[in-house]
Amino acid sequence: MADDASMTPLSEAEIPVRKFNINFGPQHPAAHGVLRLVLELDGEVVERVDPHIGLLHRGTEKLMEYRTYLQNIPYFDRLDYVAPMNQEHAFCLAIEKLLGLEVPIRGQLIRVMYSEIGRVLNHLLNVTTQAMDVGALTPPLWGFEEREKLMVFYERACGARLHANYFRPGGVHQDLPEALINDIDDWAVAFDRPINDIDKLITGNRIFKQRNVDIGKVTRQEAIDWGFSGVMVRGSGIAWDLRRSQPYECYDEMDFEIPLGLNGDCYDRYLCRMQEMRESTKIIRQCVERLRKTPGPVMTEDNKVAPPRRGEMKRSMEALIHHFKLYTEGFRTPEGEVYAAVEAPKGEFGVFLVSDGGNKPYRCKIRAPGYPHLAAMDWMAKGHMLADVSAIIGSLDIVFGEVDR
Amino acid sequence: MTWPVTIQTLEALGQQAVADSAGALAGFSIAFDELTLTAPAGRVVQALTLLRDKFGFAQLIDLCGVDYPERPMRFDVVYHLLSLTKNQRLRLKVQTDEDTAVPTVIGVYPCADWYEREAFDMYGIFFEGHPDLRRILTDYGFHGHPLRKDFPMTGYVELRYDDELKRVVYEPVKSVEFRNWDFLSPWEGADYILPGDEKSPGTGGPHPGAPK
Repeated sequence: MADDASMTPLSEAEIPVRKFNINFGPQHPAAHGVLRLVLELDGEVVERVDPHIGLLHRGTEKLMEYRTYLQNIPYFDRLDYVAPMNQEHAFCLAIEKLLGLEVPIRGQLIRVMYSEIGRVLNHLLNVTTQAMDVGALTPPLWGFEEREKLMVFYERACGARLHANYFRPGGVHQDLPEALINDIDDWAVAFDRPINDIDKLITGNRIFKQRNVDIGKVTRQEAIDWGFSGVMVRGSGIAWDLRRSQPYECYDEMDFEIPLGLNGDCYDRYLCRMQEMRESTKIIRQCVERLRKTPGPVMTEDNKVAPPRRGEMKRSMEALIHHFKLYTEGFRTPEGEVYAAVEAPKGEFGVFLVSDGGNKPYRCKIRAPGYPHLAAMDWMAKGHMLADVSAIIGSLDIVFGEVDR
Repeated sequence: MTWPVTIQTLEALGQQAVADSAGALAGFSIAFDELTLTAPAGRVVQALTLLRDKFGFAQLIDLCGVDYPERPMRFDVVYHLLSLTKNQRLRLKVQTDEDTAVPTVIGVYPCADWYEREAFDMYGIFFEGHPDLRRILTDYGFHGHPLRKDFPMTGYVELRYDDELKRVVYEPVKSVEFRNWDFLSPWEGADYILPGDEKSPGTGGPHPGAPK
């Protein structure tokens, strides 16, 4: 390997080879966004990686300090735009913690169901593009076909395919129609086939294995030290999932397994994601079943936080006032600091919210899971070949919306 | 391993941590079912090492700054820790200002590297001993620290492509000023001149007779 070569003293006949610096990105299809990597190479072996991030920095945290809580929810869709609702979830949980709000059970079920749809959305994209990064073109085409169907479920729930703005403090914005719930169930049953197809196509594939097995290995201790979460710790064999260990909403009533990896390499992380998609469909089906039996409100009835119904506003003066107050001034939160985290598809997505008692967050720090993962690029890629860099990035599962914020 | 962690457990943990720290942890408080510890900035490495080794908080989940410009020590540096083995979270806060450096905690948690760079970039908080304290999220050659409360939301410069110079140029912001609607008090009279009200008589201060 590289180390052995640099250890041996040069004999007279040998000519010292100049180290090679190359720029990877910012426009590179395998960079999964606008990532610029400055790579220091010894031949084809990577010696140092210096990721330059921030090319997609939009100052979300600054913008949020100037807008009311409700106006801020759409910013969360734009963080990890691969699974938008999971991000909104963390922000809503933080606000609910500050306000001490309870979400009605139907609202919780819808949230859990859409969080899992988000997980499938994310993993479908990641798993298939990871395959594309190492040379396979068919998996993304198959994966995107399924993603398209899920996007339609997003659209039917909230009107937008991507930027949902659907989770609100106290619940979700609108109830789901019966037909949509049935269609989601049908999809979850039928999803067995495409996932098995993708599985057959990639999992045993010789090239995919050669490019991923034993690449980007992360030990348990490294995963802990570097602040990893989500699949990045589970791939290394640490049984840690916030849905199980620190359950929020009604995850503690759901029946699902948490897949673990053994070796902590890119291939194990891929296997974890594949299995997680199957587990997610299990949760989705459980939610569907319970949603059919649990009618009721999807949002808290407290009109100081949740807007009144449209029909109510036509008759009740008080409802009209509540609506006006809510969409101009917004609601105020009690002074204090909270941290709320969800198990987003990429790992622990947290929101640290500081409130000064006003209608806007005093400070909102977004803890994106991709940030510490990308920070580990340097030691993960060290000693690997140049071509492995894209395989490692693929398995880190980074999206620049959330890394750069 | 139960969740949520009870207040009693948090209180016991806070007391134990402060007692064991020999002054590295100054105190603790519990709000919204979360434990917050405070520490003097100079001893943060000691405090975090204790929390990691003795109390099992093996992961640094987040590190960020918060700006309170009216305070003499205007910045808070907030560390969020997580214990995978005990299933607990806690928050450690230290205070600092523009000139006082906080010791880096890379030695305790290697992932602090990028977080500290971010806090430096956003607030201008210095971390002593950080090997590579560069800007991370803002543009190359950016001036100022955007998350400080005295930094305007629109920033100072905007960027456009100059067709004559054939390159991107920075210019002072001249687009429409961000209008900060004062929705905090739509029912009460504002104590400043409302936009468009400049010409009405007696606008030197609050409107006469305006409810206060």
